Amino acid sequence: MPGRIGRSIMIGCFALFVLFLYGPTLTIMILSFQGPDGGLTFPMNGASLHWFANLFERQAVGDFGGSIRRSVLLGLMVMATTVVVSVLAGLAFRRRFRGAGVLFTLTVASLIVPSILVGLGIGLLFNLAGWDPAWYGSAFGAQLTWTLPFGLLIMFAVLNRFDRRWEEAARDLGASPWQTFRSVVLPIIAPGVAGIALFGFTLSYDEFARTLLTAGSDNTLPLEIFGMTTNITTPVLYALGTLTTLLSAMVIGAGLFGVLLLRRRRAIRR
Amino acid sequence: MPRPRGTRFRGYDKWWAVLQATPLAAILAVFLLVPIATLIVVSFFDYDSVQIIPGFVLTNYRDVLGAATTWWTYLETLKFTVIVWAVTLLTGFWLAYFLAFVVQSRTWQTTWFLVCTVPFLTSNIIRMISWVPFLGRNGLLNGTLLRLGLIRAPLEFLLFSDFAVVLTFVHLYTLFMVAPIFNSMVRIDRRLIEAATDAGARPWRVVLEVIIPLAKPGIAIGSIFVVTLVMGDFITVRLMSGGQSASVGLMISNEVALLQYPAAAANAVVLLAVVLMMVGAIVRLIDLRKEL
Repeated sequence: MPGRIGRSIMIGCFALFVLFLYGPTLTIMILSFQGPDGGLTFPMNGASLHWFANLFERQAVGDFGGSIRRSVLLGLMVMATTVVVSVLAGLAFRRRFRGAGVLFTLTVASLIVPSILVGLGIGLLFNLAGWDPAWYGSAFGAQLTWTLPFGLLIMFAVLNRFDRRWEEAARDLGASPWQTFRSVVLPIIAPGVAGIALFGFTLSYDEFARTLLTAGSDNTLPLEIFGMTTNITTPVLYALGTLTTLLSAMVIGAGLFGVLLLRRRRAIRR
Repeated sequence: MPRPRGTRFRGYDKWWAVLQATPLAAILAVFLLVPIATLIVVSFFDYDSVQIIPGFVLTNYRDVLGAATTWWTYLETLKFTVIVWAVTLLTGFWLAYFLAFVVQSRTWQTTWFLVCTVPFLTSNIIRMISWVPFLGRNGLLNGTLLRLGLIRAPLEFLLFSDFAVVLTFVHLYTLFMVAPIFNSMVRIDRRLIEAATDAGARPWRVVLEVIIPLAKPGIAIGSIFVVTLVMGDFITVRLMSGGQSASVGLMISNEVALLQYPAAAANAVVLLAVVLMMVGAIVRLIDLRKEL
């Protein structure tokens, strides 16, 4: 292991990396409070909530309210589906079943196939089949190809540490499969499930590449923001960035708090 | 994949497992397999300025592979991929090393790892835009350098350039390296490192001869993530190069914007083949199957 000087250098470098990671976002958060005459860069021209107010005027940006509502709804849909489907699949993979290898490869492939191909493929499929692409249909499916692999991988990590004897004990005591799942397995894997929910929501809420070609006529929030980058040159863009980042941060905070709480409850029960 | 443990199962358990895996299989079939099959089929279709014409022609592939622009664009994309891969590997490796071996307490390990993970769960587009006030002509960096007297005129190459594209990629994707490498490193038996140290190995030799070989699966998985993300990117290059750089993904999305779907599909199939070959090469190089 590195010596004292090496350690100090590494701690310094890590601090720099954290600054690199968070610095830019913090910069636009500060700049979103520009005065009404302020521009896209420093110096600050006074401080105001002007650009946040600007966000809610309908003519300033396209359909900000609608897109945020759609994004949150879609995020919840993707979250619920990701949790249920990955928990089920994770349980299934503990057994040898026909096609397990193929399904695993397919899930990993879903993660590494370039997003634009998934979007284009689904777009073309809907086009040829004569279905209307929509955020709650084609984009919903496109996002699942991104969130499900993460969900399944988290389930693998959780179940690798899961002691099967708890389950066997429950069965030997006469519990039905559902009772075993409900009162033994689920409470033990609950922190991991909360993690899957967190990933499911946030990855969907911010997804862009797979949604772009599949969302149809109504934009989700990231698409709306992308549209703004090409024709809006005022700090209103930063105000929107600040707002959506804060929303993500709140969800992440709630998710992590949930994971921690469930872990602690588990520790006490033992 | 977790290995099934050697427990006895009643006959219906296997059916139960198939049933539990069905939703995942169904979703991936409808939204991954069928769409990619559609891509392949459409790549052989003909088209004119108004519509797609079902058929079987090879013109799309001839156009894609015959155009000098395609080759040049692939070269450009590969250039980005190699640079970003190298930078994220170096940064990611040592970050993982720092988290796994320098940070001693479990709680702090988790905390710092989460600090690295949180930005991954926020919007990529916002994270791209947030470089603008930093790198712009009148941005923070130029302002600081000017004030310090290090430069006379603002540096123009910072924003809307290849530099900005690479910087943003590194900013967005380093985590994809850190997480798998860190995961491999925490599983390394500490006694191996003690043994190497006791045998007189300096820290850097421990890294070279003990840690790197044992962290190989993590390095491979991280590399696969970064390579596929950069190869398929269209949005970062478009936003951060200010329209001056090209990428394969951007080429495809431009064709989509022009409604040239069969051409875009042929391009996409070629990209898929290239990406799969690269992943195959990484897997073979490290022999990932054996390591897992």
